[in-house]
Amino acid sequence: MTQKRAAAIVGIHEYPSRDVEGEISPLQVKAESAARALEDAGFSWSDVDAVYDAGEGGGMGGLTIAEYFGLRPNVIDTTSVGGSSYEFHAAHAKRDIAAGKCSVALLTYGSTAHSNARAIGVGGRGGASMHPAENMDAFAGMTLIANYAMVAHRHMHNYGTRSEQLAEISIATRLHAMRNPQAVKAMEDLEFLDIRETTIEDVVSSRMIADPLHLLECCMISDGGGAVVIAAPEIARDCKKSPVWILGSGEATKYPTSGGDITSSAATQSGPQAFGEAGVTPAEMDIAMIYDSFSITVLTLLEDLGFCRKGEGGSWVQGGRLRYDRPLDGPALNTDGGGLSSNHPGMRGIFLLIEAARQLRGESCSQVTDAKLAVAHGNGGMLGSRHSAGTIILGRD
Amino acid sequence: MNEPVRPLPRADEFDTREFWEGTKQHEFRYQQCNQCDEVVFYPRRHCPGCTAGELIWKVSTGKGTVYTYSVVRQSYHPFFRNRVPYAVAWIDLEEGPRILSNVVGVDDPLNDVSIGMAVQVEWEEHENLNIPLFKPLAS
Repeated sequence: MTQKRAAAIVGIHEYPSRDVEGEISPLQVKAESAARALEDAGFSWSDVDAVYDAGEGGGMGGLTIAEYFGLRPNVIDTTSVGGSSYEFHAAHAKRDIAAGKCSVALLTYGSTAHSNARAIGVGGRGGASMHPAENMDAFAGMTLIANYAMVAHRHMHNYGTRSEQLAEISIATRLHAMRNPQAVKAMEDLEFLDIRETTIEDVVSSRMIADPLHLLECCMISDGGGAVVIAAPEIARDCKKSPVWILGSGEATKYPTSGGDITSSAATQSGPQAFGEAGVTPAEMDIAMIYDSFSITVLTLLEDLGFCRKGEGGSWVQGGRLRYDRPLDGPALNTDGGGLSSNHPGMRGIFLLIEAARQLRGESCSQVTDAKLAVAHGNGGMLGSRHSAGTIILGRD
Repeated sequence: MNEPVRPLPRADEFDTREFWEGTKQHEFRYQQCNQCDEVVFYPRRHCPGCTAGELIWKVSTGKGTVYTYSVVRQSYHPFFRNRVPYAVAWIDLEEGPRILSNVVGVDDPLNDVSIGMAVQVEWEEHENLNIPLFKPLAS
């Protein structure tokens, strides 16, 4: 197997607070996270020669972020495709480093969605924008949660999937969150009721938000952010921490089409690119960092990435397969507690990379013994309509 | 204070204005390519199926089936918050187009909407355009 080691994650930081009480801005979260991640790698600002930015801090992303950080990068990438932007950024950083355009890439994220009291999930969309697709959709009052719920309903209709099966995803991530002090603090700060490990019964008896999705199948809305530093191989080998190699990447989008299958996502296109490039299979993954905006997101993405066949996800996740202690030898899912129970400020793709890197360094609160391979899959936009997919395969030496 | 209103589309949006113009006459318009026969929806100026074709406007019967749906129990939108629970659905029209809309005209959206149910368009009247909602098909 010829596996390229063209670039590695060498620095990470997750901004610890999920409730900044309006005292700090998204840009400030980005800058502080960047500084901590650079220190984690043993770098300073002046080492950075490439920035990747989704524009969530305002100011047209790449146009102003270098100035704010005080950098003069040779590569400026403002790819903005929702929550998966950071998997796209990692893919582009690997590509740009391999092409010799740069050697130290900085990815940052900051959001104060909680402090701003943004009702992301149930806000519905306001006045129609001038994009033609939105101009056709906005009148229906579809909330973001209802969008995902429509995927779940069709999945249930086609394959007999049950809420009790989807609940397995919620209880696995909550188990992992309870082992992560930052996640427990997050749930306290966000005033979760009854902070404890959950059962399937807890999930399916929680309040229905948009049929068939219950409250405990929906992610939190927090503040937060983070940063990731990616470096060229010759630099990565000399960093403070051991390198976490980017072995493969894939990108795709999907959108509603007449007669299309809503239960199948863009991951069917990005997954094979990433696994193919890395020369590995889903069955070899120790860690699955899968964007858990909702339970159905994870189920759909696991199927589409090839962990099991389409429609079989419901039975496949049963029996605790996704737990960090791997009773059924499955991949450990979202060992930081995920968006469901640790951190979701709107675009959680960066945390997928951060926790995957922690696992491959041996630094997770729910450490998988001898973890060697991880997949980080981000989903941006809305799974039940137009969405983006970024798949990254990571491995250690 | 004014009653909150449903978020309405822009009647002058370049790609979709022909569709909304049709709603004034209760016409559900969609497009089909005269070269590759692709059914195009949402409306566009170009054919995404081929580079040579011209899109021809057609009128749907407004009959279709529920492809999938959800019943919204919680919304913070000023118009929709007092209308919960309500059903949002992707509707597959007989001619092919799939449109996001609401299923209305049922006693209980929690129990009376299902995947595969036959529906037909029902127009909600507004000043400059009308909104295509869907109700159970009269048997």
